[in-house]
Amino acid sequence: MTDFTPTEMMTIAAARALSNDDVCFVGIGAPSAACNVARLTHAPDITLIYESGTVGTKPDVLPLSIGDGELCDTALFTISVPEMFRYWLQGGRITTGFLGGAQIDRFANLNTTVVGPYDHPKVRLPGGGGAPEIASNCGRIFITMALTKRGFVERLPFVTSMGHGEGGNHRERLGLTTSGPTRVITDLCILEPDPETKELTVVSMHPGVARDQISGNCGWPIKFAETVIETPAPTETELVVLRDINARTKKAHKAAGKEAA
Amino acid sequence: MARIMSLAEGVEENVRDGDTVAMEGFTHLIPYAAGHEVIRQGRKDLFLVRMTPDILYDQLIGVGAARGMKFSWGGNPGVGSLHRFRDAVENQWPRPLEIEEHSHAAMANAYEAGAANLPFAAFRGYIGADLPKVNLNIRSVTCPFTGEVLAAVPAIRPDVTIIHAQRADRNGNVLIEGIVGVQKEAVLAARRSIVTVEEIVDELSPPSPNSVVLPGWAVTAVAHVPGGAFPSYAHGYYPRSNAFYIRWDEIARDRETFTAWIRENVLAAKPEDFARHAAKTAAKVA
Repeated sequence: MTDFTPTEMMTIAAARALSNDDVCFVGIGAPSAACNVARLTHAPDITLIYESGTVGTKPDVLPLSIGDGELCDTALFTISVPEMFRYWLQGGRITTGFLGGAQIDRFANLNTTVVGPYDHPKVRLPGGGGAPEIASNCGRIFITMALTKRGFVERLPFVTSMGHGEGGNHRERLGLTTSGPTRVITDLCILEPDPETKELTVVSMHPGVARDQISGNCGWPIKFAETVIETPAPTETELVVLRDINARTKKAHKAAGKEAA
Repeated sequence: MARIMSLAEGVEENVRDGDTVAMEGFTHLIPYAAGHEVIRQGRKDLFLVRMTPDILYDQLIGVGAARGMKFSWGGNPGVGSLHRFRDAVENQWPRPLEIEEHSHAAMANAYEAGAANLPFAAFRGYIGADLPKVNLNIRSVTCPFTGEVLAAVPAIRPDVTIIHAQRADRNGNVLIEGIVGVQKEAVLAARRSIVTVEEIVDELSPPSPNSVVLPGWAVTAVAHVPGGAFPSYAHGYYPRSNAFYIRWDEIARDRETFTAWIRENVLAAKPEDFARHAAKTAAKVA
């Protein structure tokens, strides 16, 4: 099995970033797929937490919403939302937060709030949800989103959640002791913040992707690390697991539709 | 002491024009039937509070029942935008909507502060984020012991909170199971409360001494509305209709299709119509 789509590569590369020891706060959509692929491949004991209060959940199909019944049915335990955010997130128990976003800048700040001015938005997006505090309270943050000019922008209209702010030691200056975004996984490459400036830098390119393809899809002049490696292609196991869970998910969401329509 | 009454009576007695109303349920147990009754009774100028205003608040906003909304995530989960909410914010249709936007952590803390009868909530939040620049209700407080500066938001104190739960007994004691969200806090923070339930039973029989129970003396009204959380779900009764959430995207995208949908499915409907959703899936489970 050698054929794979850029989105499959993205999900699998994101899954590989996680380990068995992670206690992971999972965002919906692409992060959720990645976290469950990790659990079903190399990290069977990973703890997945969704902000609806489900802790240690092992969904058989990917949830459409953050609070699907599947998450509660397969969780070790389920708590209230205030407890989730106070004891477990603010309490510093979560090692890794996994976020997506509509827009990101070179310091991995995210916008999911508005495009255009806040009071007269051109596009009103859903808003931050849990992201502002996930971004500051988790030990580290992974972000996964497709690399496009619309998504990777020179300047964010709104900072929904802070990454590395203005770069450098901005997080420290604000009193943060957590690492913030340490990796951004896209459909073309993997980015990591430069150790000093904290500017996102390409460290790994997916198989078959050229540098100008990456530069052409980014809204700022993107930098490449001194040594850029090639992301290992998805293994057959990884692809099978991902495609199976996607197929199960599609079927489940459709079936639920029939009975309820 | 909670009184068991029809949903129409519950809304009639407890929801007034201009009220601050919280209809809570974190994806699970969203009180759709009750929200539809509020629309049918023509309540207006409501200030809506809800962490995740999904389809239900899209409906209330789209019919023009709301003057404002306090929230932390306004989307159709896993699907995309809330088109009626967007139309109100972007084009002021059918009327302008004042928004007070927070993060989930802030809203959860603010409900808890309300339940605890405190004036505000303090937490470690909003660091480096832009929301404090556009929301004057996000302020800060300095810890008198350590000097740490923390985020502060006012407690949420709704005039009325409306939730859906699995069951109640004849004294109005209410049991909530599964993803319990912020419903307990939202009810205890409010002056009045309405709880719709799947079943009314002789014995509540909470499955654990630690079950989430709202005693009848902390609830104002209980109404029996099976299926009342559809298209969200009731753990142990029926699953979420992800298909309807997907379908809503098309219905709500356009003002005319939305208005027609409301006319047919809300204005011309009644609470009992929700029972078919509960019955249908219960049969499948059995």
